[in-house]
Amino acid sequence: MPETLPGSVATAMPSNLRRRSRGVFAGRGGVWVIGLSVLVSLLSLLPIAFVIGVSIQTGWAAIVPLVFRPRVAELLINTVLLVVITIPLCVMLGLALAWLTERTNLPGRRGWSLLATAPLAVPAFVHSYAWVSLVPPIHGLFAGVLVSVIAYFPFLYLPIAATLRRLDPAIEDVGESLGLKPWAVFFRVVLPQLRLAICGGALLVGLHLLAEYGLYAMIRFDTFTTAIFDQFKSTFNGPAANMLASVLALCCLAMLTAESAARGTARYARVGSGSARAQRVVRLGSWDIALGLLLQGITCALALGVPLITLGKWLIAGGSEVWQLDDLLPALQQTLQLGAAGAVLTTCAAIPIAWLSIRSPGRLQRVLESCNYITSSLPGIVVALALVTFTIHFARPIYQTTITVLLAYLLMFLPRALVSLRAGIAQAPVELENIARSLGRSPGRALWLITLRLAAPGAAAGAALVFLAITNELTATLLLAPNGTRTLATGFWAMTSEIDYAAAAPYALLMILLSLPLTGLLYHQSKRTAGR
Amino acid sequence: MNALELHAISKSYGDHQALESINLSVPAGSRTVIVGPSGSGKTTLLRMIAGFEFPDTGRLLLNGQTLVDETHEVPAHQRLIGYVPQDGALFPHMTVAANIGFGLTNKGSKRSERIAELMDSVALDANMANRWPHELSGGQQQRVALARALAQQPRLMLLDEPFSALDTGLRGAMRKMVARLLSDAGVTTILVTHDQSEALSFADQLAVMRDGRLVQSGHPLDLYRYPDDEQTALFLGDAVVMPARIEAGWAHCDLGRIPVNNHRNNSAAQIMLRPEQLQLVSAQPSPTEATGCRAVVTDRDFSGNTCTLTVELEAPTAGDQAGRSLMVRSSGMYAPPAGSAVHVSTIGHAHVFSDV
Repeated sequence: MPETLPGSVATAMPSNLRRRSRGVFAGRGGVWVIGLSVLVSLLSLLPIAFVIGVSIQTGWAAIVPLVFRPRVAELLINTVLLVVITIPLCVMLGLALAWLTERTNLPGRRGWSLLATAPLAVPAFVHSYAWVSLVPPIHGLFAGVLVSVIAYFPFLYLPIAATLRRLDPAIEDVGESLGLKPWAVFFRVVLPQLRLAICGGALLVGLHLLAEYGLYAMIRFDTFTTAIFDQFKSTFNGPAANMLASVLALCCLAMLTAESAARGTARYARVGSGSARAQRVVRLGSWDIALGLLLQGITCALALGVPLITLGKWLIAGGSEVWQLDDLLPALQQTLQLGAAGAVLTTCAAIPIAWLSIRSPGRLQRVLESCNYITSSLPGIVVALALVTFTIHFARPIYQTTITVLLAYLLMFLPRALVSLRAGIAQAPVELENIARSLGRSPGRALWLITLRLAAPGAAAGAALVFLAITNELTATLLLAPNGTRTLATGFWAMTSEIDYAAAAPYALLMILLSLPLTGLLYHQSKRTAGR
Repeated sequence: MNALELHAISKSYGDHQALESINLSVPAGSRTVIVGPSGSGKTTLLRMIAGFEFPDTGRLLLNGQTLVDETHEVPAHQRLIGYVPQDGALFPHMTVAANIGFGLTNKGSKRSERIAELMDSVALDANMANRWPHELSGGQQQRVALARALAQQPRLMLLDEPFSALDTGLRGAMRKMVARLLSDAGVTTILVTHDQSEALSFADQLAVMRDGRLVQSGHPLDLYRYPDDEQTALFLGDAVVMPARIEAGWAHCDLGRIPVNNHRNNSAAQIMLRPEQLQLVSAQPSPTEATGCRAVVTDRDFSGNTCTLTVELEAPTAGDQAGRSLMVRSSGMYAPPAGSAVHVSTIGHAHVFSDV
């Protein structure tokens, strides 16, 4: 450092070198922030490192018989069929419902909009449980597609509806003034602007399709994830499961690439949040209204009616006997504890990266962020296998401990915390901190009094999102949790594995009740981004 | 005595030279305005005085105390310099009273007394103390921001385009209120703006910045009358610039013979007149007056109390192309219509630009 040089040399140095690091990250604080975010991002590369590592270790000669065999082809066909059938169905359903609730005079639009979000409160494997106990013979691809569409279409409904609300109606007016018919306006002006929403939602659905275990295991539809799980159960940490996990990870990366290609490089002019005029409302004829109501009604019946009726049926049939409080209460307690610990850990880990991305965005920060993004898009089962392998070989003491489970949550749910936290820190522009300093507060006090106070709601929202994700997490918890751990999700799973559907019902009910706030939060956020 | 002194302040971001050797002295108790187009480096300079950024080289002294030099850097919170940014930047999670009291160290009734006093001084109603920033209008937010900065009795007050977010009617009133308040409190003030009329009206001392350099500073009227170059002249207001030959205190140009302020003989130079120095008289049928020059009104831009006319001078010698076009101010209601023949005469001295 120039400071250590003799004075004459120091003054001879161009002093912009001396002070270049000045700015938002003065001195040691900045180094800490950058160091911590690099550390978290390196940790998040663990699953990728695992995939590469086991592939190298196994060697090409051993990989070929493990990967290129009829069973893998069968799984691949199943998974691809599931994805290519489910995603378009979800897009069409989401688009139709969003258009009906946002752009038409369908009676009860607000209510339908809430009902189209509500299926998110039901964990996917509870949907599946509802269908299996309602129609026991249901299985295979058809069942997989049916339950997947029902469980995941809100991931498309929400962003499409939010975008439809936010679009500047003036653009549509211009389209019409240029001589386009109303349907042509929709396809040539509105639909292209929904591309980002549709791509993002489709990616989210696709990643869930690849990652979900409970849903497909229950209806006996084999995907990569269920096969890896079975393989792991029979051979533990064998190369067969690891190689399947590598193929699955490749599928995920392919999907990420496909999405970013589909999204394109075109930028859509962002319309300011305050477009003053209300969206135009299409007046439907009475036949159209009837059709619209029918679509909403059927969707709602399948997505909410089936799980609620089934649950109600089992709860009534089971009576008070199914409420085994000795089992239920510890499971609830453990779920809440794991959720809270995971939420705090994940939010804390997200702080340095979120901080960097708002206060000094740059290439380093983008690389760090994409590390976390890629890892979180990998299925829980890959993350879990990576952690099993890693802890067995390098960190024996934390193998099969709560620490490993929390690490898995951290890797899987970091972006959820990151998104909210970033919004929260953006609420506290550096200018306010400067003002506080000009009013005589030291940098540390200014940070505490201004920035942390203002970012707190964002951090809380992020922590809540992570908490709720953890309460419904099944796959990684099943694989990693120490013996004796029983969360609501694993308790539910244990009951349904014994075909004790009645005893599983209270667990499902508790999970749904815990998830309701999350659904409310998502609904509220999508409204708020629309500026209402 | 000078409150603030800047010596050879320079700063660059990568290849971009944001500030190039800025020297400026701000007299105690004065109002200095730094004016320049956006990107001229004026805000960077202000943030440097506040202590939010640090120069690469140069020295900065306040009341004789060194704030920045080769070895020292006084951080922002030890400078006792008030700062009011463009949008006020009120703390959104604090009420008006809490915002104003943020810089106060005393507690209890003394504190609330002082807050009430400050609110009164910026003409804020006492019942606003418990309002939240988002419940205030833009002007009220600016008043709160000003009171907040005044609370700690700063040695220097920095205002970063504080009026530009307000609508036109409010802007003038706020400007007067702030100017009076700050002179009453005897606080040395530096204001940064890109609005030349705001700069001219607020300043005791005006400093014009361009491309990271301080091109000229002095009394506003002097800068308006005697700018160093054409760019500064045009930045501070409309100007008529034309070539002339200077001889014995007179400029000979398309407008005829005009007295000049500085004496240079037998040299060609550019001269400048402000449009209000030109006067129009309806052309008499018989040209009796010697001074001035015949012209025709070609365009009339009516804007209420004033009217900007474009006149085309009669070609000095027959056979030349159309004569020079000039802009002339006229009273809005009595301006001659387009096409009228007029006589253009001048008032006062023309300013001669030094050679470029």
